Amino acid sequence: MSNEASASRGRALVVLVPYLWLLFFFLVPFLIVFKISLSDDVLAQPPYAPVLDLSAGWDGIREFVAALDFENYAFVLGDSLYVQSYLQSLGIAAFSTLILILIGFPIAYGMARSPRSWRPLLLMLVILPFWTSFLIRVYAWMGILAREGLVNQVLVGTGILSQPVEILATNSAVVLGIVYSYLPFMVLPLYAALDRLDESLLEAAADLGAPPWKSFWLITFPLAMPGLIAGSLLCFIPAVGEFVIPDLLGGSDTLMIGRTLWTEFFSNRSWSIASVIAVFLLIVLVVPMVLYQNLQARSLEAGK
Amino acid sequence: MNVALDREQKPANGTRQEFAPWKDPSQRPLVRFEGVTKRFGEVTAVDGLSLGIYEREFFALLGPSGCGKTTLMRMLAGFEEPTKGRVLLGEQDLAGVPPYRRPVNMMFQSYALFPHMSVRDNVAFGLKQDRLPKSEIAARVAEVLRLVKLSGFERRKPDQLSGGQRQRVALARSLVKRPKVLLLDEPLAALDKKLREETQFELMELQSSLGMTFMMVTHDQEEAMAVADRIAVMNHGCIVQMGTPAEIYEQPATRYVADFIGDVNLIEAKVTARDGRNVVMQSGIIAAPLRAASDAEVAVGADVALALRPEKVKITVRKPADATENFTRGTVAGIAYLGDFSIFQVRLESGQVFKAARPNVTRFTDQPITWDDRVFLSWSPEAGVVLTQ
Repeated sequence: MSNEASASRGRALVVLVPYLWLLFFFLVPFLIVFKISLSDDVLAQPPYAPVLDLSAGWDGIREFVAALDFENYAFVLGDSLYVQSYLQSLGIAAFSTLILILIGFPIAYGMARSPRSWRPLLLMLVILPFWTSFLIRVYAWMGILAREGLVNQVLVGTGILSQPVEILATNSAVVLGIVYSYLPFMVLPLYAALDRLDESLLEAAADLGAPPWKSFWLITFPLAMPGLIAGSLLCFIPAVGEFVIPDLLGGSDTLMIGRTLWTEFFSNRSWSIASVIAVFLLIVLVVPMVLYQNLQARSLEAGK
Repeated sequence: MNVALDREQKPANGTRQEFAPWKDPSQRPLVRFEGVTKRFGEVTAVDGLSLGIYEREFFALLGPSGCGKTTLMRMLAGFEEPTKGRVLLGEQDLAGVPPYRRPVNMMFQSYALFPHMSVRDNVAFGLKQDRLPKSEIAARVAEVLRLVKLSGFERRKPDQLSGGQRQRVALARSLVKRPKVLLLDEPLAALDKKLREETQFELMELQSSLGMTFMMVTHDQEEAMAVADRIAVMNHGCIVQMGTPAEIYEQPATRYVADFIGDVNLIEAKVTARDGRNVVMQSGIIAAPLRAASDAEVAVGADVALALRPEKVKITVRKPADATENFTRGTVAGIAYLGDFSIFQVRLESGQVFKAARPNVTRFTDQPITWDDRVFLSWSPEAGVVLTQ
């Protein structure tokens, strides 16, 4: 009896810990950010108003709430700069994710089809870049892509080009940086999905008259879908908010939302606008995910 | 016990005639393996094997795991190419023909149902590859699902089905294209005993009503005996014996086959004389000379084995009256009550343990034979088989 009770208490504890973690390190900070987004900028410390003053009692709280408003949201939506940087972020992230799929799928497929004894080594090679700092690897790309960089030297040296091209400080460089940095996040979930694929399914498809390309399209691809979606989300979501890569590899016209946010926060010292941008970013990313989850749940239900 | 059904009378086309095309030299087999060898690196899975399967036949490949039976079947399906030899279907040499162009279909041991497709889509998969009109696909899927009694389950996904239902979907999917040969890889292995026996009869019924050729791989001798017209017993990549279930069971060619199919008492003996139809032998474990009817050429002095099925050994308390009978004495060391039969394990004076089966024809017995009873075991000369190999 007491054993059972303590077991269920133990279970509750196990569930509780991650939720407490999310509460303190996600929900509370988010509420703070949300509150700042409703505030006004002031030249003070902290640089926003109102500040909640509990010593003033009920009147203080009422005054505090009255001072909050959505005018910053209207401002951000009304300024095409912000809307453009959202769109460009989504565009660059989506394009990068597409390229990541095109490169990552063959890699993962090759790994899953390779002899079993090779696979630990191949997995290691995919993870290996993580052993060097992310920042250093992106800096290295600056050297490679620069006007006097490795790529231009080779292209000009071999006579393919008569003069160097601008690669660094373009959107292409940003996409390249994102694809390079995020590739393991695409390959690993795809590999996990393809590795689970029962080879007898492909034999069954062949037996029923499907040539290899068709059984790939009708069997392998749909069964790799969960891995493909997981990998795409793992790449797309952080890529939308990416700051380091567009800042180091992008040009002045690369308007990605992470960079805009950084500018608002550190250059303009407008904490409230930066917070609005952050809240919008969350909405832009969370809403499609929730919709997708709902769709998944419903298609599972439909089969029953 | 073994269900060795009499498959002589096969009502395939309404007429009750013997189905034995392998006895008719004018018949040509539908499937022919000609001197087929398959090596995987150093391992020889199939070793110079030849075999013919006739139209409308239910053929079973029987053997322990690793004997090459699955490899042989996969060569017909096209998943493996023979290292040497030819596989022919009708008059066509199948060398180089990929699996998706062969008019045979396979039911996989794991069923290999596509997990992301409904029952209907699984079954329709093969027909869609043939680009049949939608209405025909729908009609044929409905028909085959009715045949395997799965109507109403069309929209389920494989993980929403029981093991038995999944087995039926796999069967329906391999049947729906009306293949020239249906390959069944351990089709019933994953089912429980009761369901397995039911399904055996359904498989036989399906096969004879559709008039199709079935080739089955199994390690379960009861299953093979129950369903097959002919059985090939395989070991180490070769066929050890091929014949009807009754032939294999009653006239095993070797000690291996006798031991693999059903239960058997094997008595090693030396031939001492020939007495008309009977061979007279002397064994080290039974004092009296043994007599067994045999048409085989057996030389005096040869080392042979007498194979004796437990159900052909009579177990009695009193000495058997018939003088032509072979008999020996022993003590009951164990009894396995199986319901329909009881298997007695009798320890002979020489120490060897003999098995004798007795049907439980009445619910009670006045004088039950029980542990430590002194009993007589006896059998007629026609009961045992003399094995030279």
